Amino acid sequence: MSMKVNETVDAKGLACPMPIVKTKKAIESIHAGEVLEVQATDRGSLADLQGWAKTTGHEYVGSKEKSDVLYHYVRKADPEETKAVEPFPNEENNEQLKAVQNQDDVTILDVREPAEFAFSHIPGAVSVPLGELEEKMNELDASKNIHVVCRTGNRSSMAAQMLKDKGFDKVVNVNPGMSEWDGPTESIE
Amino acid sequence: MGIQAIQAKTLAKKVMNQENFFILDVRNEEQFKDWKVEGKNVEIMNKPYFELLDGVESIAEEIPTDKEVIVVCAKEGSSQFVADQLAEEIGGEFFYLEGGMKTWSEHLEPVKVGDLDGGGELYQFVRIGKGCLSYAVISDGEAAIVDPVRLTDAYTSFFEEKNVQLKHAIDTHLHADHVSGGRTLAEMFDAVYWLPSADATEVTFSYQPLEGETTINVGETNIDIQALYSPGHTIGSTSLIVDNKYLLTGDILFVDSIGRPDLAGKAEDWVGDLRDTLYNRYVDLDEQLIVLPAHFSKKEELDENGRVMAPLKELYARNHGLNIEEEETFRKTVTENLPPQPNSYETIRHTNMGATFPSEEEQTEMEIGPNRCAISS
Repeated sequence: MSMKVNETVDAKGLACPMPIVKTKKAIESIHAGEVLEVQATDRGSLADLQGWAKTTGHEYVGSKEKSDVLYHYVRKADPEETKAVEPFPNEENNEQLKAVQNQDDVTILDVREPAEFAFSHIPGAVSVPLGELEEKMNELDASKNIHVVCRTGNRSSMAAQMLKDKGFDKVVNVNPGMSEWDGPTESIE
Repeated sequence: MGIQAIQAKTLAKKVMNQENFFILDVRNEEQFKDWKVEGKNVEIMNKPYFELLDGVESIAEEIPTDKEVIVVCAKEGSSQFVADQLAEEIGGEFFYLEGGMKTWSEHLEPVKVGDLDGGGELYQFVRIGKGCLSYAVISDGEAAIVDPVRLTDAYTSFFEEKNVQLKHAIDTHLHADHVSGGRTLAEMFDAVYWLPSADATEVTFSYQPLEGETTINVGETNIDIQALYSPGHTIGSTSLIVDNKYLLTGDILFVDSIGRPDLAGKAEDWVGDLRDTLYNRYVDLDEQLIVLPAHFSKKEELDENGRVMAPLKELYARNHGLNIEEEETFRKTVTENLPPQPNSYETIRHTNMGATFPSEEEQTEMEIGPNRCAISS
């Protein structure tokens, strides 16, 4: 799979601590919520990047391997997401989404970053990252019930509000979303 | 003031001499929890290097100034990086482990166990980072090696130093925790490779079957190595009695614990054999025999010379695994609540059968971590 990312770090051939040193530097240069791809050949980089992400609060999205190169995806922590946002009035939990997810009149709109979507999403979900929603909104069918999902319910809440403001009247925010989703998922290979 | 590399060999000596020093392990928490440098007087602290990228101020106060401080990581780079920062922040001398835990896992230290009849000698090779023990019997310019690991350099330089020719390479069983060096050594020196046939049903190479009551001679003075069929860890596991003094138990009996029967997925089938070996076959032996196992799991098992050994009599008195009266309790102890299996144990078994051929680097990776061949309770 080729993944749309905001920045790439080439740490191939480098031993620890360099992959993390370079990652740390690169993540300072991107915006909150954006995704970094780290290419490394050091096998130790997998556990170390996960550990580093955990201590720094960044989201370790996932990794894949192709011809001996590890590709890691890290999403920069977004302080906005941990703030309590005004909840979108029309909200449902994961179980409620499960009950209707296969109905014909339901669109599941996943507003996470492409890398997050690629590693794991609900089968049939449509991917439109929050940052692109404004321009791609007209591609959505306003006659459907749009269930907006993200990782924890914050980005989706913002997206749901945007849609509502633009006249979509059948919008539901899913809370919490993918971080606690235990139903079937798909990934893009 | 500054930083200095310390070799695994030097660190091994320090551990075996029970020296007092401090280790700052900068690997991630999971790796540290899995496996670390252990020693009787070693003080150790874990702080992942990726939490120290902006400096070491956060831990400066926890670093002692009255003893040697050695920084270790997986391979070396991060420990050097952190040692540098410590030297800058605190001042003074800081050490980092050359080659990191990877090299530590592979270091072998030979220690003499004792003299044998007619000028022969018995040596124990302690792979201290991994808890593997292997043995060399030498006599009259000849050598036999028992349960050698794949790091053959340590043995070949030992043979050179002692001026002996390898005649026999013996594996007491098909190993699941480390890649055997037996076949490689046998090929290098045109020696005989011995393996119990019951463990060799799936191997792809030829070998000399190690059967019970076989006697192997080393040197002209005839140091006897008598094989004793003692199944339980594997179905073929065979013990060796050297010079009527030493009992090499392989992975059946350790100083502080007993072998596990489950590494080929046959715990239920082999537990009876294990019981029979420990509670019948070994009981019939001379209780003055000195037990020399193929593993140790705790630093306390090393004696003041860095050796792992104890008389059979003593083990019957204090090793819990030899003192479980009820057969049913024994069965439960060794088939339930087993410790996690050694890393990559299936791949290691297949490698030792000659069924798969991982690269040097892959073998290193496969063997990282503790040996976990014992049941300690």
